[in-house]
Amino acid sequence: MPFVAEVGAASERSVAYVGGLAQLFWKSLRLLFLSPLKRSRLAQRTVHQAMSAGVGALPILSLITFFVGVIIALQGAYQLQRLGAMQLVASLVSISITRELGPLITAIVVIGRSGSAFAAEIGTMRVTEELDALETMALDPVAYLVVPKFLAMAVMMPCLAIWSDCMGVLGGCVFGIVSGNFTLGSYTIATRDALVAHDITTGIVKSLVFGLVITAVGCQEGFSTGAGAEEVGRSTTSAVVISILLVIVIDLVFTTLFYLARGAA
Amino acid sequence: MAGPPAPVISVRGLRVQYGDREVLHGLTLEVLHGETVVVIGGSGSGKSTLLRALVGLERPSAGEVRIKGVDITRASARELDGIRKKIGLAFQGGALIGSLSVGENIALPLLEHTGLKPTTVEVMVRIKLEQVGLSGYENYTPSQLSGGMRKRAAFARALAMDPEILFFDEPSAGLDPVTAAGIDDLILNLKKAYSMSMVVVTHELASAFLIADRIILLDRGDIAAMGTVQEVQGSQHPRVRQFLDRVPDSTQDEDVDHLRMYTEGLR
Repeated sequence: MPFVAEVGAASERSVAYVGGLAQLFWKSLRLLFLSPLKRSRLAQRTVHQAMSAGVGALPILSLITFFVGVIIALQGAYQLQRLGAMQLVASLVSISITRELGPLITAIVVIGRSGSAFAAEIGTMRVTEELDALETMALDPVAYLVVPKFLAMAVMMPCLAIWSDCMGVLGGCVFGIVSGNFTLGSYTIATRDALVAHDITTGIVKSLVFGLVITAVGCQEGFSTGAGAEEVGRSTTSAVVISILLVIVIDLVFTTLFYLARGAA
Repeated sequence: MAGPPAPVISVRGLRVQYGDREVLHGLTLEVLHGETVVVIGGSGSGKSTLLRALVGLERPSAGEVRIKGVDITRASARELDGIRKKIGLAFQGGALIGSLSVGENIALPLLEHTGLKPTTVEVMVRIKLEQVGLSGYENYTPSQLSGGMRKRAAFARALAMDPEILFFDEPSAGLDPVTAAGIDDLILNLKKAYSMSMVVVTHELASAFLIADRIILLDRGDIAAMGTVQEVQGSQHPRVRQFLDRVPDSTQDEDVDHLRMYTEGLR
């Protein structure tokens, strides 16, 4: 049964891979508290990462989530107008953006900008022996490179998700006003009535987990880079592909859990 | 001074394996305080692996590597960090951190491991750069430097913490003869200025004879010859003679053997 054996081997590899990610995360968490490296320098590197991964993503993320907000409103209106329920566009947009699309699109933009950059940065450092150089200078590469990335992403991902929620709702609002069904005031009130705090917090919790996964995969792929420039390209590609896959899987798991929890309540 | 100087590095029965393939077959050697030991050997002789094992980048499959009395193959992470603050390693390609300027590269270990004020560190960076003949290059990025300059900058970084032991990986490889001679000069100057112990890995015979107190000739993971420059030059060991007299391998067999060494693990 070679097929079964192959499936078995593939599952084993996947579990080992996720185990590797968890190991990297725990090592970083331990080093965050126990590393002998200077706190002030760690803070500097974290701010630097937060600027490039977080603040740097704002323009493109704003544009994309704004358009997604408009698209959801358009698609929703297309269906809702047949039922004469155009006033529901505001709640459709706000709920789908805050619960799902805001965090998900944020994750995908961040994977493209930062997950790939982490893999390329660490991969290049592997190829040019910079990682070895850090080690011989008694600077643990995980403490020096990975810990600030985790910290920065843990803070910036939820912030970015909240920002993209706002931009998505704004996109829906612009459609609502242009189509003449809403005023700025009525759209805001409709959005406020549609949302409960739970909608926003589930999105934020998800985005935090996404941020940690993207960092872990990017760094892990960087560290596992082999010799040669071609390998850096390979690591970058797999960092992006694996991150997207894991983000979607985690999204599915979380959404299911939230759904079941809601059913139980 | 009473008695012989104590060894700063003492290696016993060092074996290193990559998968099933053993590249170092039980090496035993010592480096004394203030001594410059040059490790020479052809490509694939295991000299770079030896260097990596000496600084703890390669985990040996057997044997011990003692640096200043601490066996780094069994040391805890903290002990290893302590030892690593006392050594400097200049990599073949420099291995300067690409995202930092030359000055920041040299300042990095000082800022992370010492409580020195930034202004003091700045002065120290300037001194180290001056020592390697790169004054004024603090704000250049590593990619803006030529190969020889990058090596010099790497020396400066290796010197940053005033190490007791310096390691050089192929200091003159890939450089033109004039620049290479400059690098040899630099090593001789460092040797004169500080009483540092140095381990230099190279395949340049001329530079090895110039800078070495002792030479170790590695041949396929074994020590073929070890001794002073004169002793090695006078050695009658066939592999040593072949290496020193630059005789190519007479038959294809040895190349095939060598290839087999690499492919054994794959089959």
